[in-house]
Amino acid sequence: MAATTEIKTDVVILFAGDSGDGIQLTGTQFTTTAALYGNDISTFPNFPAEIRAPQGTIAGVSGFQLHFGSHEIYTAGDASDVLVVMNAAALKANLRQLKAGGIIIANTDGFDAKNLKLAKYPDGVNPLRDSSLEKFKVYEIDVTKITRTALDGSGLGTKEMDRSKNMFVLGFIYWMYNRKLDNSIEFLKEQFKKRPDLIEANTKVLKAGFNYGDTVEAPMARFEVKPAPVEKGTYRSIMGNQAAAIGLIAAAEKSGLPLFLGTYPITPASDILHELAKYKNFGIKTFQAEDEIAAITSSIGAAFGGSLAVTTSSGPGIALKGEAIGLALMLELPLVVVNIQRGGPSTGLPTKTEQADLMQALYGRNGEAPVPVVAAYSPSDCFYTAFEACKIAVEFMTPVFFLSDGYIANGAEPWKFPAAADMPEIKIQYAKNELKEGELYKPYKRNEKLSRPWAVPGTKGLEHRIGGIEKENETGNISYDPENHELMVKLRQAKVDGIANYIPLQTIDNGNAKGKLLVLGWGSTYGSIKTAVKEAIAEGYDVSHAQVKYLNPFPKNLSEMLSNFEYILIPEINNGQLIKVIRDKYFVDAKGLNKIQGLPFTSREIKNKIIEILKG
Amino acid sequence: MEAVIVEPKLTAKDFVTDQEVRWCPGCGDYSIIKQVQTVMPELGIPREQIVFVSGIGCSSRFPYYMETFGMHSIHGRAAAIASGLKAARPDLSVWIVSGDGDSLSIGGNHLIHLLRRNFNVNLLMFNNEIYGLTKGQYSPASPMGTVSKSSPMGSVDFPFNPAALSLGANGTFVARSMDRDPIHLREVLKRANAHKGTSMVEIYQNCNVFNDGAFEVFTEKGTKKLNTLMVEQNKPLIFGEQGEKGIKLDGFKPVVVNLADVSANDLWIHDETDQVKANMLVRFFNKPGEENALPRPFGVFYTEQRFCYEDALAAQISETIAAKGKGDLDALISGRNTWTIN
Repeated sequence: MAATTEIKTDVVILFAGDSGDGIQLTGTQFTTTAALYGNDISTFPNFPAEIRAPQGTIAGVSGFQLHFGSHEIYTAGDASDVLVVMNAAALKANLRQLKAGGIIIANTDGFDAKNLKLAKYPDGVNPLRDSSLEKFKVYEIDVTKITRTALDGSGLGTKEMDRSKNMFVLGFIYWMYNRKLDNSIEFLKEQFKKRPDLIEANTKVLKAGFNYGDTVEAPMARFEVKPAPVEKGTYRSIMGNQAAAIGLIAAAEKSGLPLFLGTYPITPASDILHELAKYKNFGIKTFQAEDEIAAITSSIGAAFGGSLAVTTSSGPGIALKGEAIGLALMLELPLVVVNIQRGGPSTGLPTKTEQADLMQALYGRNGEAPVPVVAAYSPSDCFYTAFEACKIAVEFMTPVFFLSDGYIANGAEPWKFPAAADMPEIKIQYAKNELKEGELYKPYKRNEKLSRPWAVPGTKGLEHRIGGIEKENETGNISYDPENHELMVKLRQAKVDGIANYIPLQTIDNGNAKGKLLVLGWGSTYGSIKTAVKEAIAEGYDVSHAQVKYLNPFPKNLSEMLSNFEYILIPEINNGQLIKVIRDKYFVDAKGLNKIQGLPFTSREIKNKIIEILKG
Repeated sequence: MEAVIVEPKLTAKDFVTDQEVRWCPGCGDYSIIKQVQTVMPELGIPREQIVFVSGIGCSSRFPYYMETFGMHSIHGRAAAIASGLKAARPDLSVWIVSGDGDSLSIGGNHLIHLLRRNFNVNLLMFNNEIYGLTKGQYSPASPMGTVSKSSPMGSVDFPFNPAALSLGANGTFVARSMDRDPIHLREVLKRANAHKGTSMVEIYQNCNVFNDGAFEVFTEKGTKKLNTLMVEQNKPLIFGEQGEKGIKLDGFKPVVVNLADVSANDLWIHDETDQVKANMLVRFFNKPGEENALPRPFGVFYTEQRFCYEDALAAQISETIAAKGKGDLDALISGRNTWTIN
């Protein structure tokens, strides 16, 4: 039956099913295809903490939300237009995020008595059979049955056949949005290089899904989302953790330093290790240590040896690294500490996002221990921010925090990537042996940046000792002298403060430089704030947006910028952390907007607050 | 003809820094650092290629007194720092200086992983069976019943046997020496340096302030010969005032015998490559004076040739570069799937 095609400017699809249903794969495949087509896109995977949580239960539901459009897209979308559910639990868990009039594509096999019970629907209740879904368009498809029929005679067992169900769904969605299958077929060929039977089976099911749309005897809508008028250039799709890994490699190449990663597996940071472990041909050394402490201290050892040293973790791991971060700053060795934040405290919400480790990064150590902090604001920005963290670390001989979070780490977007030649060089100042006869090398003699030159073992004549005990200025010898201690504390602080002279000034992302309300964000809230402010400006509100990337030290002009607005709003995915620092440092009565649900802001939440402040 | 630069031969003095040594007078550490500084010139390694890494504790001040590269780090972590340093810089000669508290307690985890990974480093574990720097608490090496500030009624903690622990963690070089036997210590240090892999040297060290005489039965003239067993490769296990006693294996049970009663061929012949026998030897751990006590052994108990982590890591990198070519940054940044908007 012929379907009508409706033009849409943007669409949000949420794929949901058991964590074993291949939901993430379905989502990333559609993402790549949409991006290749020229749509702007943003995605957000949402998976349970358990790898294989009990099948069919709400705890086991894995989701992948993607937002694509013919205009610029900055978030994965507030609510969905289309909800694909592989079982009853997936429906129950995600229905509240579906827009009124939205489309539900339901795998009916996932709504049998057993699945309904596992999803905790009352006895005899089946949402597909009662009127509870009246506000929506429901397409019921027995995906399991059709997949098995399509693979009849393939020689595969039922279990193996059922694993291709996600390909049917993908094929059907491709049909709905008029997309070609080529990209996914190429992917299958690569993925199953060693299993030609699986390439054939999955391709067959993918096509069956697509053809189903054409042949089914029911009115089904088709949509068209035209390419977005994005900036000219060559693009790729990038996830935050992938971008961070590439940014670290770029910094190693641009500084001529070997890259060393000392790390311990932890969600959601492990993907950076996985990524870096692949690139041995860049000379990268990845060391999976015995614990978080060994992860960072091995990196400190490598930094002493002259490597670009990095340690990656998330909040609980960073807590364990605290003492060693203090050691690195006391030694004044370069080290990049990556924190891909997740919900806390303690184990918290490992797979959910949060921005609650800013205070930990700024203050979470014993003693006076200032550490520069930079935060990425989008998946592709992780590349630049990771690069920047490395640059600051080696130019100022200091540990540097790179903050990202689960949302942008696993989220993806198109990226107009730079050429390697466009990235700045990173200059290292090595200590040279210019000593006169009988003169001893002074490891803590500072340059104009208050940084000390790097004296790497193997350099004749520069033998020296460094340590975590307070040291005498310049010589580095152990010193308990009271005045010297105060001097050293102040020198270390002045060095970090002085970085403000070398970083870019804070810019206004959107809106006027002077006005009524400034929305000041940091990190992954960027997309939601951007969308909200853009809409509010279009509706005539006097609002501007700035996203702070350098959190310690702040850009020199931040104080002046804040003074140009009557109101300051600071939205954060925490209970109010940047706001405390801003209030403390600049004495401004900033207002907070806080969400602590393990989820990013919707743009609507921010827009409502903007309107509330401006109308109040 | 190229000019040949003749480097002046280094002496022990060249390894002494200008820093005043701050150990308590009479501390066993003085002897140990002297032996290390004496051995260093004999190793033929340029000073700039040598790094001493320590954690926290009395022994951990060591790097400040060695005219080499050095790092005095944080409690327990020297082994992990050394691991990263050696992985990054296999060309360096890396020495870890640690104590029984630093290595066996707070740093226990790093110790066992260092040993199994077999980085080519030397670990000098100064064992004084006490926490000295924190002024006298019992350590994980203190025998049960040790009366200390934190155990006024005697410790109820069962102690580690560092050599047995190291073998259990698959260490490839396990040895024991003592501060009061400079010749023996120097020989063991040289052997440790020559071994490729993690060389664990436990050194009995007297803390004359908080645990004076803990090892005197093994170190002092009057009792040493009767209570210690100096093992040497391919030599029978013999000890005693006049070397009149020996160790014989009765099945799997080591027993003390009088040489007069057995033929020398029946004695246990030390073979440091025999893992089974090494495991038995390190378990000679009786309290001196106990009934049927076996003497405490010293020397190199076990050696094994096994690949080092840093070499395997470097090999993977060179193999990958040989197979794929050196990484291209532009290709990495662009990835495999790109699209162009005109």
